[in-house]
Amino acid sequence: MDDESHTYPLIRVQDLKVRYGHREVVHGISFDVQKNEIFAIIGPAQSGKSSILKCLNRTLEFIADAKMSGSVEVNGVDVKKVHNVYELRREIGMVAPLPVGLPLSIFDNVAFAPRASGLRDKHELDALVQRCLEQAALWDEVKDRLNSLGTKLSGGQQQRLTIARALSHQPSILCLDEFSIAIDPVTTMRIEDVLKELKAELTVVLVTNLVQQARRLADRTMFVWNGEVVELGPTDAIFSEQPQSQKTYDYVHGIFG
Amino acid sequence: MEQEVLDLPEGAVPGPIKAPGAKPMMHGRKRPVWEIGFEVGLEWLIRLCGISAILFVFGIFAFVFREGAGFLFSGRFSLPKFLFTTEWYPTSMSNIRYGVLALIVGTGSVTILAMAIAVPFGLGAAIFISEFCTGRIKEILKIIIELLAAIPSVVWGFIGISIMNPLIQTVFSVPVGLNVFNGATLLALMSVPIMVSIGEDSLKAVPDSFREAALAMGATRWQTIVRVLLPAAKNGLLAAVLLGIGRAVGETMAVLMATGHAVKIPHSIFDPVRTLTATIAAELGEASVGSDHYQVLFIVGILLFTITFVVNLSADLIVRGVRKG
Repeated sequence: MDDESHTYPLIRVQDLKVRYGHREVVHGISFDVQKNEIFAIIGPAQSGKSSILKCLNRTLEFIADAKMSGSVEVNGVDVKKVHNVYELRREIGMVAPLPVGLPLSIFDNVAFAPRASGLRDKHELDALVQRCLEQAALWDEVKDRLNSLGTKLSGGQQQRLTIARALSHQPSILCLDEFSIAIDPVTTMRIEDVLKELKAELTVVLVTNLVQQARRLADRTMFVWNGEVVELGPTDAIFSEQPQSQKTYDYVHGIFG
Repeated sequence: MEQEVLDLPEGAVPGPIKAPGAKPMMHGRKRPVWEIGFEVGLEWLIRLCGISAILFVFGIFAFVFREGAGFLFSGRFSLPKFLFTTEWYPTSMSNIRYGVLALIVGTGSVTILAMAIAVPFGLGAAIFISEFCTGRIKEILKIIIELLAAIPSVVWGFIGISIMNPLIQTVFSVPVGLNVFNGATLLALMSVPIMVSIGEDSLKAVPDSFREAALAMGATRWQTIVRVLLPAAKNGLLAAVLLGIGRAVGETMAVLMATGHAVKIPHSIFDPVRTLTATIAAELGEASVGSDHYQVLFIVGILLFTITFVVNLSADLIVRGVRKG
């Protein structure tokens, strides 16, 4: 408790509820994410994991009948009261489950967000694009064809391009939503290595339905089931022989789910 | 019957058996002959439908060409004179001259001005409906814009004569209200619906994940539209514009009524002109079948055909080039 006064959590979610029309899919979830940790959210499909992410950068409001209640604070600011939503979204890098290569060149894909925020200087852009592609372990493969279409890359390369793009607006939080469902195991391992390195610079929120991925990467893990938190704790505890809940044990050991 | 087949002991199965003792094919089932024949027949039928398009295009071209060919190769016809002089006196007593330059300029000027009005208007409406409207307003707007396409062109001609004509005279204080501007405005309004519906379709075809990705990176709605959606939808938007041009070049009745019907090269957008289509429509009924005048009108038809063909072909090449790049 005493810690809270000087290490303020980067993300603080309290009693978050999400509804689509009359159907409530997240029933009052609370959690904190600390700076420079990898925080995994695991749970079966339809348990509300992606909805939680969409609340963080307020992209939930693009869904016509979606409503959120409760409070979500990023960097100590309530996202509902944030005065510049574009800045909030730049604070959070989002990686979607399926790679989304925008129909632009590889360079323009990565330069999109910096340009949108007003960066015009050519040298600075070049350097930024190179750094992001390097961080996403893609630079060596594409450095000779930065002007070819991003959509022509393979699935795994496109997913790393998406990560480079998410890093391009220099966020303090990187959210990945089941990033590995459309790519092969080797690329998945490469991206996992990338994430371990990025942890030094930023905070990673990892939504995954591969429990072993959470075990490999996460410092803390939250198990969500039907829109409720079943258990939240250090990854070791979740994956131990005696987690607090029998349901957690069954899920992470493959007895169900 | 199937049941019977399955119950028969091995080796006694009726139907095509390859070798003695061989197992029956997949469950020993057979599709009835009429069903297979029906499929083959259907395949040929749709093949015919596909090929017929070629037949129709070449058939129409051949027919129009045949009607005009007699005069085209008669020696009395000179192509440079036809294309590059402005004197169109097909019924003159003393000196018959067939120069269509003024008509080409007429069609060109009306079309270009119409597109200058319709493209920003049409694409703007398409973007507004696709990206900024939701729910009921969107549906209502789409229905009303499509209603605009259902107005017969002769009614547009009415509007040109009875509403636009006096309006242009008073607003711009020009002596004649039936002119390039009048015709172009009508053409623009006529080609907007097709541009909006094709343009809106092509924007709708852009995956939502593109919008979400761009917006999640902190782009504004406008940045998302300009930098992501328009590049992604450019083929469809180009097709929308070209269909609009096709509509404008080929339109006859409204421009016949609204452009003043004077064969001369316009010096301003408030000068009356006459278009290729209007000339054919107005004169073909009065030219005696087989006469020089009649045949020249068919040559004008060939010219019109060639123009639309070139527009479509270059559009196709542009779209292909865009796709490759």
